[in-house]
Amino acid sequence: MIKELKPALLMLLVMTVLTGGAYPALVTGLAQLLFPDQVGGSLLKVQGKTVGSALVGQPFSDPRYFWGRPSATSPMPYHAAASSGSNQGPLNPALEEAVKQRIALFKGSDPQQTAPIPVELVTASASGLDPHISPAAAAWQLPRVARARGLSERAVANLVARHTEERTFGVLGEPRVNVLALNLALEQHELTP
Amino acid sequence: MTANGYLQIALYVSALLLLAWPLGLYMARIYDHQLPVGVRWLAPVERGIYRLCGIRPEYGMSWTRYAFALLMFNLLGLLAVYVLQQVQAWLPLNPQGLANVSPDSAFNTAVSFASNTNWQGYGGETTMSYLTQMLGLTVQNFVSAASGMAVLVALMRGFTRRESQHVGNFWTDMTRSTLYILLPLSLILSLMLVGQGVVQSFEPYRTVQLVQPVEFDQPVLNPDGQPLQDAAGQPVREKKIATEQLIALGPAASQVAIKQLGTNGGGFFNVNSAHPLENPTPLSNWLEMLSILLIPAALCFTFGRFVKDDRQGVAILAAMTIVFVALLALCVGAEQSGNPLFQRLGLDTAASDQAPGGNMEGKETRFGIVNSALWATATTAASNGSVNAMHDSFTPLGGLAPMWLIQLGEVIFGGVGSGLYGMIVFALVGVFVSGLMIGRTPEYLGKKVEAFEMKMASTAILIPCLAVLLGTALAVVSEAGRAGVANPGVHGFSEILYAFSSAGNNNGSAFAGLSANTPFYNLLLAMAMLLARYGVILPVLAIAGSLAAKKSIPPSAGTLPTHTPLFVALLIGTVIVVGALTFLPALALGPIVEHVQMITGH
Repeated sequence: MIKELKPALLMLLVMTVLTGGAYPALVTGLAQLLFPDQVGGSLLKVQGKTVGSALVGQPFSDPRYFWGRPSATSPMPYHAAASSGSNQGPLNPALEEAVKQRIALFKGSDPQQTAPIPVELVTASASGLDPHISPAAAAWQLPRVARARGLSERAVANLVARHTEERTFGVLGEPRVNVLALNLALEQHELTP
Repeated sequence: MTANGYLQIALYVSALLLLAWPLGLYMARIYDHQLPVGVRWLAPVERGIYRLCGIRPEYGMSWTRYAFALLMFNLLGLLAVYVLQQVQAWLPLNPQGLANVSPDSAFNTAVSFASNTNWQGYGGETTMSYLTQMLGLTVQNFVSAASGMAVLVALMRGFTRRESQHVGNFWTDMTRSTLYILLPLSLILSLMLVGQGVVQSFEPYRTVQLVQPVEFDQPVLNPDGQPLQDAAGQPVREKKIATEQLIALGPAASQVAIKQLGTNGGGFFNVNSAHPLENPTPLSNWLEMLSILLIPAALCFTFGRFVKDDRQGVAILAAMTIVFVALLALCVGAEQSGNPLFQRLGLDTAASDQAPGGNMEGKETRFGIVNSALWATATTAASNGSVNAMHDSFTPLGGLAPMWLIQLGEVIFGGVGSGLYGMIVFALVGVFVSGLMIGRTPEYLGKKVEAFEMKMASTAILIPCLAVLLGTALAVVSEAGRAGVANPGVHGFSEILYAFSSAGNNNGSAFAGLSANTPFYNLLLAMAMLLARYGVILPVLAIAGSLAAKKSIPPSAGTLPTHTPLFVALLIGTVIVVGALTFLPALALGPIVEHVQMITGH
């Protein structure tokens, strides 16, 4: 066994240089050349100011904004340096309690909206940073946002449609709306209707 | 399930099988050292590595020597990862100033990555410096995978060699796996992932202004960092307002690529591939998911080519695919049916082109139900263990599918190398049992299967079962074990059973509610991982050595053909019977009881 000690030690060093040093460095170099925006987190800029990442959700609670999915990160929701899901089991009474509270919050935000709430709007995402809601979840919130902003539902619906992404190649994943991008577009729309 | 759901699954399975074929043949050439033109320029690098390390590549090793080399190499790798975590605070590439990791957690992670388990007891962005992720975790992602592939190659040589004392050279098998297979594939995949938005940067975490400031409350800490309690013993909380968001970055893409390709699974970030910067789009998700099963599936074709009968590899791949698709159907079905609680509360849970429906707790919108369940099944069929949804929040049956796939011994595709050598062990048991039943000579691929092989095969099958059941039992009866449970009722038992199934079969996924980052779990789970990895590798190498020393006998009328549908059924039967007999009682106490409680509304 001792005969293999020397090759083992040297091989570990060589492999560390190759796969732990050269490989990540090469990927970083090539990636920065090919995809300069993506390497640093796909940041969104509005008038030169960084307002977030196109891929990471932010918390919203003002009726004038569309709201994203409940986030289980702590201490603040959408804590992008400490991702986490709720990990609540399906029969956990805490899950039932949390979902009931969220339902009450949404119903309270728009008493006139009588359609059933889409399930993902009141269940916590896996990462706590989910940037998307489903088109149905956007449609459910649309009348509230339009009213709060004094916009026509049609104007808001147009914006939602423009920020709805279909399945990739028409097949992969799920149709979705990026909440942060949509809310930024709403702000923009009020400035320049 | 919607028509699109069926389409996504069909597309995934067919792309997997189509890509596995050429890759399998490519790998067969690499291990045979018939380098294809495209990678011949790497040959001088390979020779340079041998010269640097003082290795004679043509030197044949006995199975014991081969095992010693592997053990020594993995042991040193384990020590390196442990030491790195213990000193990371004083080393460069730590822009967030993360502290040294606690000794028990560092030991657990070191064992976990050296044994290709990649159980993630730590929190990624809150624990590991960029340097530790690269020099420690990424390196082991490569070489632990390559070690598993090397063991498989040694076992395949057991079938092809006649009256030989040697099973190959560990150093060359490991080096070729890394240099010609894992590195090129990882390079391609990591760049594709960056293109989709996975981060790859050495910059510190980025602060951005929130569009709407958020109010939250957090526990007040005393000067020792412990939560402050009021007179009634309740934690004191204070209101805070955040105006900024701190976004974690890092060299993630390079690590995520090998994490998937090497069936490792330990995430760069805490929530693994559910994190939008680790898996941002449906396309990145599809590519990562494909990479989970690609090499394990391709190795079946490599095996067929190696033993000069492609049908042998196809038969094993067929058995794997059938079990995979069956349990996938269970998982997707259960998650799409969802949690009756949500219907009771009047929510809209129907799947459509406007909403995913089903059980969306712990899932991401861009993946919905189908891709979350597909990933959960793939990652546990393979010993990958990365997640894009929180398995702890799955419905009882949706969680049973991944848990049972792990418990089957990680042979349904399984880990790179380890999945197929595990499946070959089951094949040996299968031909032996059927040989006894129908009075034919137990032989597999021209080699007689005798008492020694059967003893080793039984050992390799029983040791992981022992690690799982004994570990679970210990945790359930001890105070420290029960303290980690997050969910009340039988689900808490499922969390413990899942943890030991995962560690005891080198998978690494979790019902993540379990607080496993405690000395009790860190040490006990590390023991399970070591036992499962090396308690299987050693008997498998012993089988390789024993088979290589045997004569090869030509097939006769008394030979049971091992490429027919009958054999496929026999192989599935062997895997299922062992898996069901061993684990049904435990599963009945966990997910099955929970399912009954759920549908009866208790």
